[in-house]
Amino acid sequence: MLSIKGLEVKLEDEDKQILKGVDLEVPAGKVHAIMGPNGSGKSTLSYVLSGRDGYEVTAGSATLDGEDLLDLDPEERAAAGLFLAFQYPVEIPGVGNMTFLRTAVNAQRKARGEDEMSAADFLKFIRAKAKDLKIDADMLKRPVNVGFSGGEKKRNEILQMAMLEPKMCILDETDSGLDVDAMKLVSEGVNALRAEGRSFLVITHYQRLLDHIKPDVVHIMARGRIVKTGGPELALEVENNGYADILAELDA
Amino acid sequence: MNSPVNTPAPQHEGLISAEERPASGAWLAKAHTDAAARLTQMGLPKRRDEYWKWTRPDALLAEQAAPAAAFDYGDEQPVFHAVDRLKIVFVDGVFDAEASDDLSGEGLEIERLAEAAKADIHWASGLYGALETRGHNPVDRPLAAHNSAMATDGVLIRATGQVSRPVSVMYRHISDTSDAILHHVVKVEEGASLTLLENGTAAARLSMVTEIDVADGASFHHVRAQGRDHGRHVLTHIFARLGRESVFKSFTMAVNGMLTRNECVIEILGDDAIAHVAGAALGDGADGAFLHDDTVFVTHDAVNCESRQVFKKVLKNGATGIFQGKILVKAGAQKTDGYQKSQSLLLDEDAQFLAKPELEIYADDVACSHGSTSGAIDEEALFYLRSRGVPERIATDLLVLAFLADTIEEIEDADIADDIVSRLEAWLERHRG
Repeated sequence: MLSIKGLEVKLEDEDKQILKGVDLEVPAGKVHAIMGPNGSGKSTLSYVLSGRDGYEVTAGSATLDGEDLLDLDPEERAAAGLFLAFQYPVEIPGVGNMTFLRTAVNAQRKARGEDEMSAADFLKFIRAKAKDLKIDADMLKRPVNVGFSGGEKKRNEILQMAMLEPKMCILDETDSGLDVDAMKLVSEGVNALRAEGRSFLVITHYQRLLDHIKPDVVHIMARGRIVKTGGPELALEVENNGYADILAELDA
Repeated sequence: MNSPVNTPAPQHEGLISAEERPASGAWLAKAHTDAAARLTQMGLPKRRDEYWKWTRPDALLAEQAAPAAAFDYGDEQPVFHAVDRLKIVFVDGVFDAEASDDLSGEGLEIERLAEAAKADIHWASGLYGALETRGHNPVDRPLAAHNSAMATDGVLIRATGQVSRPVSVMYRHISDTSDAILHHVVKVEEGASLTLLENGTAAARLSMVTEIDVADGASFHHVRAQGRDHGRHVLTHIFARLGRESVFKSFTMAVNGMLTRNECVIEILGDDAIAHVAGAALGDGADGAFLHDDTVFVTHDAVNCESRQVFKKVLKNGATGIFQGKILVKAGAQKTDGYQKSQSLLLDEDAQFLAKPELEIYADDVACSHGSTSGAIDEEALFYLRSRGVPERIATDLLVLAFLADTIEEIEDADIADDIVSRLEAWLERHRG
C-alpha cells in the first residue's frame, strides 16, 4: 500500500534537514503506529506525504499502490486515496461544513471518473456517518471547525475520513487535546473504518491511543529516521521507559 | 438675463450651463436652480482634494463620456430575473415605457421624475436635492449637487404601506458614448416597507443620485448589481435619512468597471434605528483597468442606533480597491453601536487596496469599532481543502466566497442572496488562474 524509501526532506526556506532517510512499508489492511519524541519529524512526514508546501524532498520516494505520491498535487493525492487527519484541523470561516464535505466528496468522485452524488443521497450518507460519531446537525451546518471544541474538531476529521473512504489514512496526533471519552469516540470511529483494503498510519506521542486503536506494527521515529520497529509491545516499552534508552542506543 | 439660474462661474462651463438645463415645473425648476447654486459655491472636485486623492475625478468631469462598449451577456439571464417584481427600464439613461411595467402597485406611488416635474407641487419636492444638501458633510460632494442640478429623469417612489413586490430598476447600456444623469427619490412612509432592486450598467458614463427618506418604523431594503461593463465610469450617491425604529439595508455587488465610485451617506436621526450598508466588489485588471471606490459616511444623531459598514473587495492583476469610510457619532447619540469593516483579498501582488477608515465620536457611552485589512488567500485553509481532494481552483473560489459571505448576509431575501452568490461564483469561475 504505502511504500516510503530513503525519504530525505529539508525545509524549503531554511537549510534544515528534517527527514534523513525514512524507510517505511505499510501493507494493505494494516495499522502501523509511529511514535517518537518531539522534533523527530513525525508531523513533517505526514505533511510531506499529503503535499503541503514548505518542504523540499531531496532524496527518496513515496508511493501509494505504486503511484508516485511526491509528483502529485495535494488534491490528486487525496483522489488517489490518501487522507491526513490533521493534528490541528483548520478553521474556515464562511465555508459551511456540509458544503465543504459535499464539494470534497464530489471532487474526488469526479477525479476518479465517477458520477457526482445527488444532494439527497449525500444527505442520507452524511447523516448516517455523522450519527455514528455523535455529530449533530448543527455541527454540519456550522462553518468548518469554527467554534468547534478540540473533541469536535477531531470527530469532524474522522467524519471526513468516513465520507471520503480513503485507502491510506494518516492520523497525526489525533489524540492530542482529547479527553478520555472523546478519545474513545474517535477511536471507535477509526476502528469502524478498518477494512481489508484500508491501511492506517497512526502518529502519536502516547501509548494510550494505541489501547483503543490496536496497531499491527509500531515504529519509533527519532532524529528524522525510523530507528526501531516492533509489535504493539514496543509502545508499552516506550510508555514505561520513555525514549531515553532508544536514543542512547542511537548515540552508542 | 433670462436664464432661471445664476450663470455658474466660468470654471464649470462645459459641465453645467444654464442653456442646457432642462425646462421643468416650478418645484423642480427651483430645485435645479438651488442645486446649481450649491455647485457654484462648492466648485468642482480638484485633484488635491483629500476626498478625491485616490480616485481621480477627471473622467467624471470630462466634457464627454469616454466611450465604453456595452457588455455582451449572451443569453445569460439578468440578475433578479426570477423575482416577482415591478420593472422599470432605462436604456442609456432614457426611460423605456415599452419594456417597463405599468407604474403602479399596492401600497405604492411611482412616477418618473420627468412626469412629476410638470406638477406645480409634488411630495418629492421636499426631498429632491434636500437630502443631497444635508449630505455635504464632512466634505462637499459637488458632483452630487451637479446631478441634482442636471437630472431630468429618474424614479420617484413613495411606499405608503406593505408593498407586495420589490420595485426593480433595470438599466441597459447600448450606446458606446451614452452619458446619463439619473436622480431617484424614495420615501418610505411611517410603518411602510419597500425593497428596491437595481441592476445593470446604465450608460458609458453615469451619475446617479438616490435620496431615500425612511420614516419612523419604516424599512427599506436595497440590493444592487452594477452590471459587467468594463469601460464604464460610474458615480453613484445614496443619501439616506433614517427615522425612529427604522431599518435601512443596502447591498451592492460590483464586478468589472474602469471606474466605479459608490458614495453612501446615511444620517440616523431617529432613536433605535438600524442602518447596514454592504458591498462586494470583484475586479480583474486583466480585463482592463479596474478601480472600485466605496466612500461611506454614517452619522449617528440619535440614541441606541446600530450601524454596519461591511465592504469586501477581491482584486487581482493590477485592480485597485478604495475604501473611505467614516462613522460620526454626535454628542448625545448614546448607546450607539457602530461597526465598520473594510477588507480586501489580494489574489496577487499587483493588486492594491487603499483604505481610510475613520471614527469620530462625541458621545461617551458608545461601542464603535473598525477593522480594515488586506491579505492573500489563507494558505492553511487552502491546503486543508486541497488535502480533502478539492482542486486548487475550486478551493480558492470557496475561500473567496467565504471571504465575501458577511456582505451577502446583509441581503434579507434568501432567494435574492442565492442569485447574487451564483453570479459571484460564475465571475470567479471565469476569472480563475
